[in-house]
Amino acid sequence: MRIMKLLLVAAASLGLATAAHAAGGGKHPHGPEEGWTFEGFFGTFDQAQLQRGYKVYREVCAACHSMDLINFRNLGMKNGPFYDPDYPNPNDNPVVKALASSTAEVDIINQEDGSDTTRTRLTSDPFPAPFANDATARYANNGALPPDLSVIVKARSGGADYIYSLLVGYPTEEEMSTKYALLDTSNASQHYNPYFAGDVTPQWGGDPRHRHEGDESAHAYEMLPPGGFLAMSPPLFEDGVEFDDGTPASVHQMAEDVVTFLAWASEPKAQIRKQMGLVTLIYLFILAVLVFLSYKQIWRNVEH
Amino acid sequence: MSDAHITNHEEDGETRRDFIHIAAGAALAGAVGAVAWPFVKQLGPAADTRAASSAEVDVSKVPLGGEVRVLIGGKPFFVRHRTEKEIAEAEAVNISTLRDPQTDDERLVPKPDGELNRAILVTSGACTHLGCVPVGPGTNTGDYGGWFCPCHGSHYDTSGRIRKGPAPLNLPVPTYEYLSDTLIKISL
Amino acid sequence: MSGPSTYEPKTGFEKWLDTRLPLIRFAKDTAIDFPTPKNLNYWYTFGAILAVCLVIQIITGIVLAMHYVPNTAMAFDSVERIMRDVDWGWLVRYIHANGASMFFLAVYMHIFRGLYYGSYKAPREVLWILGCVIYLLMMGTAFLGYVLPWGQMSYHGSSVITSLIGAIPVIGDTIKTYLQGGPAIGNATLNRFFSLHYLLPFIIAGVVILHVWALHVPGNNNPTGVSVKDVKKDTVSFHPYYTVKDLFAILVFLFIFAFFVFYAPNSLGHADNYIEANPLQTPAHIVPEWYLLPFYAILRAITFDLGPITAKLGGVIAMFGAIAVLFVVPWLDTSKVRSMRYRPLAKQFFVLFVAAFIGLGFAGANNPDDLIVAFGEDKLVVAYTDETGAAARSESFAEYHDAEHFIEGLDESAGASMEVVKSGFKWLWAAQFLTFFYFAYFLVILPILGIIEKPKPRPLSIADSVLGKHGQGSAGGTPVPGAANAAAPRDDA
Repeated sequence: MRIMKLLLVAAASLGLATAAHAAGGGKHPHGPEEGWTFEGFFGTFDQAQLQRGYKVYREVCAACHSMDLINFRNLGMKNGPFYDPDYPNPNDNPVVKALASSTAEVDIINQEDGSDTTRTRLTSDPFPAPFANDATARYANNGALPPDLSVIVKARSGGADYIYSLLVGYPTEEEMSTKYALLDTSNASQHYNPYFAGDVTPQWGGDPRHRHEGDESAHAYEMLPPGGFLAMSPPLFEDGVEFDDGTPASVHQMAEDVVTFLAWASEPKAQIRKQMGLVTLIYLFILAVLVFLSYKQIWRNVEH
Repeated sequence: MSDAHITNHEEDGETRRDFIHIAAGAALAGAVGAVAWPFVKQLGPAADTRAASSAEVDVSKVPLGGEVRVLIGGKPFFVRHRTEKEIAEAEAVNISTLRDPQTDDERLVPKPDGELNRAILVTSGACTHLGCVPVGPGTNTGDYGGWFCPCHGSHYDTSGRIRKGPAPLNLPVPTYEYLSDTLIKISL
Repeated sequence: MSGPSTYEPKTGFEKWLDTRLPLIRFAKDTAIDFPTPKNLNYWYTFGAILAVCLVIQIITGIVLAMHYVPNTAMAFDSVERIMRDVDWGWLVRYIHANGASMFFLAVYMHIFRGLYYGSYKAPREVLWILGCVIYLLMMGTAFLGYVLPWGQMSYHGSSVITSLIGAIPVIGDTIKTYLQGGPAIGNATLNRFFSLHYLLPFIIAGVVILHVWALHVPGNNNPTGVSVKDVKKDTVSFHPYYTVKDLFAILVFLFIFAFFVFYAPNSLGHADNYIEANPLQTPAHIVPEWYLLPFYAILRAITFDLGPITAKLGGVIAMFGAIAVLFVVPWLDTSKVRSMRYRPLAKQFFVLFVAAFIGLGFAGANNPDDLIVAFGEDKLVVAYTDETGAAARSESFAEYHDAEHFIEGLDESAGASMEVVKSGFKWLWAAQFLTFFYFAYFLVILPILGIIEKPKPRPLSIADSVLGKHGQGSAGGTPVPGAANAAAPRDDA
C-alpha cells in the first residue's frame, strides 16, 4: 500500500535526523548490565531505588552540586521517591516534611525590623544549594563550576548511560599505570575519565592518533585514549552511603541508584508520559482503522 | 458531482456502512474531547502555586488593637489583635439584625487546648462586594469599629461582619489552625 | 475550475444571511462541493496535514505563552516550570517542540510532491510562490522559537545566525545590531524574538489563506498532470471523498507525531539546549535543528573567496540563494509536461536531487573536517626546518616510533613538531559537491531536460488514466496518438 511507503520514508528521514545528532569525544557510554528500570515503553521508576538514589545525592553529590529546580514537595509527588497514596498532596506528606525541615534553613528577611534571619525549610522550598552563588562555587572548586543536576540527564548527550559510565568509569590505579600510563597527571585537581566528553591530546605523551575502542593490545596503549580531564574526583566509594533498606552500597549500586534518581528528577512526569502515550497510540490506531473503513466505504464505487 | 455519488445509497448493507461512519465520527469526537481536557486543565493553578498556598503567622507579634496583613498566594488576609472593648462589641451584637448572621464565636478557631482565642481574629482581606482591600485600625475602622472599604463604602464590625454598605457577606474566615498557642497556619 | 455555485439556501435564516454575507455559500463551494481530481494519491494529503500542524502549533503556542517568561533571567526556569508544575504543561510543550519537526517533515513531503508532479507550472505559479513564502516564514518562525528556551544551543545558534547578517557589506553590522537590540544576543533580543515568534504564525495563517485561494482558482494538480477535462468524469466532490481520505492520512501522521511526543520527545532536539545559556562558553558542536541542516551545510560549503565576495558572504549568498531559487522554479523548468511520471530522465534526476538534499542534511550535522570514509590509517607528519633553518621540510610516518626516532635524530634548532594527518573523504567536500548539484539541478538540469527529454505518452484525461490502471491492465495509461510527439498539442495544459 502506498501509505506504507510514505511511512517508511517519513520514519527513515526522521531516523536519519536522529542519528545525525549522535557525536561525542568520550568513550561510548553504557548503562548498568541489567539495564534501567525506567527505559522503554513500559519503563517505571522503582521507589526503593529512588529513595536510595536520593540518599546518595543528599549525602554525596549535594556537597558540591545544586538541584535548584527540585523542591521537596517533588519527592512526594506521584511516582516520586517518597510518594504515599495516603497523602495525594505531597505538601502533607510527613516524610517529605521531615526531609525538608532537616536540611539547611532558608534565608528570609525579618518583616518586623528588616534584618536577615532564617526559617525552617518547607516542602514548597527547593533543595538547599551548597554554594551561595556561582562565584563561591568556583572559588571552592579550583575554578570549576559543579553543574546543577536538576536536568542533568537530559542535558548530556548519552543521558543516564553517560552519567552512569562517568561515575563508575574512573580508571583504577592499575589502569592508570598501564592503559593510560602516558597521560600527564601532574595536575592533581584534574581527574582523567575515559567517558568524559573532552580531549586529552595536550596531556598525552604518546602517539597522538586515536585509540580504537576495544583494542587492548600494548600497541593501543600508546595511542591517544578517549575521554578527558574533569575537576570532579571519583565521588563514590564502597560503603560511602549506608542504605536504609540494607542494600550493599557498592560503587555500581550507588551509581545506578543516583542516576535513576537524577533521571527521575530530570523529568518527574516521564512515567505518566509513557502511560499516556500507550493509551493515546492505541486510541489513535483504533480511530485510524475506523476512519480507514469509512474511507473505503465512501470510495468503494469510485475508480481512482 | 460524480456518478459514484448517486449509487451511494442504492446497495444493501446500508446499516453496516452507516455504523462505520457513526463509529468513526464518535471516536473522532471522543478524541477531540480528550485532547481538549489538558488544554483546559493547564489554565488552573500550577503545582508550585498550589504548594505555596499556606503561610504561618506568629500571632504574638500582632500589636494589641492593631493588625497584620499577610498575602497567601496573592490573596490578602487580616490577623487582628482585638482589644477587650472590641471583643465585647463583637459579642454584644444581636445577630438577628445582621445581613449575614454569624456569632463572634462561630468566626473563631480553637487553640490546641480547645479554648477559643478571642483576642485574635483572622479574616480574608478582600471585601465581599468587589474585592477591594478594606482599611482598618490606624486608618479608618468605619462606623462599627472594624474595617471600612473605601471603594464603595462597606462597613465591617470588629468581628469582620458586614454591617452597612453594598457588600453582601461577612469577611470570610479562612481555613486556619493553631499549631501552638501563638502560631497559626492559614491555608487557602 | 470552481464553476458556478451550487448552493441553494433552504431555511429563512440561510437566505437572509446569503444576501448579506454568503458565508455558508463560500464554505460549501470551497470545502464541500469543490471538485477535486479523483486520482490524487497519499502524497496529496500533506496539504491537509500541514493545516493541522499549523493549528496545533498555534494552539499549543498560545498556551505556552501563558506560562513562559521572555526574560533571560527566567526564561529557562519558566520552561522547566511548564515541564514540572503546570498541569499537562509537559504535554503541551513536547507537542509544540516536536510539532515544529513534524511541521517541517510534512512541508518537505509537500514541497517534494510539488516538484515531482510539476505542481508549480502554469497556471499555478502564484500558488507555488505563496508556498515558498510560507516555507520561508516557517523557517523564520522556527528559528525564533528555538531561541526562546534560552538553552546553550538557543543562544549560540542565534548568535551564529544573526552574525550571518553581519556578512552583508557596509550595512551588515548595523542591521545585526538592530536585530539583536544590543552588541550581542541578550534580553532585548529575547523579548523581540518572543514578540515576533508570536506574530509570525498568524502571518503564515494569512498567507495560507492566499495559498488555498490560489489553489482554488485553477484547482488541484494531480499525479498525471493532465488538467481536468470533464468535471463529471474526472473529479469528485471534496467532501466526503477527500475529507475522509485526508482525515485518515492526518491520523496516521498524528500516530507518528504522538510516538515522538510520548516516547522520544527529546530525540530530535539537542542535549545542550537543556543547559541554560552561557554567553562565555560555546558548545563544542553547534548545529541547528535537523530541518535546517541542508541549508547550514550549504552555508558552510563556501570556504573560498570568489573575487570580491569573501567566503563568509559567499556562504550567506549561497544559503539564501538555495531558498530563492525555489521561487523561480516555474520558469526554470522548461518542460511542457507537468508530471515527472511521464518524464523518464527528469524522474531519475529528481531522485538524485532528493538524495542530495538528504545528503546535505548529513553534511550539515557533521563537522566539515571529519571524514566520511578514511583511506587507511592516519599518518603522522613531522614538520621541521633543515640545517640552514631556511627551508621548511616535512616527513610522513605510519609508525609513531619511527616518527619519534626521526625527531630525536634532528637537531634542536630544527623545531620539529608532529601532527596527525587524516587521509580520507571529508564532509566538507561532500557538502561542496552536493551544493553544486543542488544548484545545478535547478539552474542547469531542469532547463535543459525540458528541451532534450522525450516524454512518455500521457493519458488523455484523468478518467482515462484511472480506467487504464484498473481496466485491461495496459501499463502506462491509454496511449494517446501523437502524444509522444513533442509537437503535439499539450494535453496537460
